[in-house]
Amino acid sequence: MNTGDVLPEQTYTVTRADLVRYAGASGDRNPIHWSERVATSVGLPGVIAHGMYTMALAARALDTWADGPGKVRELSCKFTKPVVVPDDDTGVTVRVKGTVKQVTDAGTHVALEVTCGDEKVLGQPKAVLVA
Amino acid sequence: MPVDASLAGRTFPPTAPYTVTEERVREFAAATGSAYDGGAAPATFPIVVAFGAMTALMEDPSVGIALHRVVHGEQRFTYTRPVAVGDELTAELTVDSLRQIGGADIIGTRSEITDAEGRPVCTAFATLVHRGEDTPS
Repeated sequence: MNTGDVLPEQTYTVTRADLVRYAGASGDRNPIHWSERVATSVGLPGVIAHGMYTMALAARALDTWADGPGKVRELSCKFTKPVVVPDDDTGVTVRVKGTVKQVTDAGTHVALEVTCGDEKVLGQPKAVLVA
Repeated sequence: MPVDASLAGRTFPPTAPYTVTEERVREFAAATGSAYDGGAAPATFPIVVAFGAMTALMEDPSVGIALHRVVHGEQRFTYTRPVAVGDELTAELTVDSLRQIGGADIIGTRSEITDAEGRPVCTAFATLVHRGEDTPS
């Protein structure tokens, strides 16, 4: 990877079934990620993906660009907008884009953009990969 | 009610050791659509261990956090090395910062994740936003 490289956009589908699996795998069983009733009672538009789920998709894109897992040295983001996941078989689409900002001895700095529909769902997502 | 100001700087007891099994990593990877290839665990996998430490903080009655009012605001990981199957990991959480903004507590936490020999593996920084009862959602 070289400075200025635009990395190929990755497109992922998220369904309610994925959230249930993630709840089990991560230990985060907060009902706002599986119960419409609870989610709407706290003012959310519907069931939302775990912020960490969306961050995991960003990490998945990094693994793809880096030709395999284990290359991430730093990873960070803010959780700015919820990813609302409908109760259907289609789910919702999350897109992950990346640009190489600089390559230093410390590694390859990648700025990410993670969107759902027209909205950026993560704030300032970025990573450092081993050089 | 805001959390007690003395929370800042407090370090909580380390979590019980968590054994990273192939099955756990495979399930985590599959949940986010990846296939585990036998190498490093997915980059966000250490949240499983850090989440245990954060849950202990949030459920500690002396802290005064109402769980249903907590939102995950920000997350950062720095890695000494990737997590691998066979690791026995513990997380020790410290509250690095605490401030009040608009009736909400902004709690900056740092979980140091170490292996069975006490060597660093990963640091997970989580910012938790604890909304006050009068804060509009």
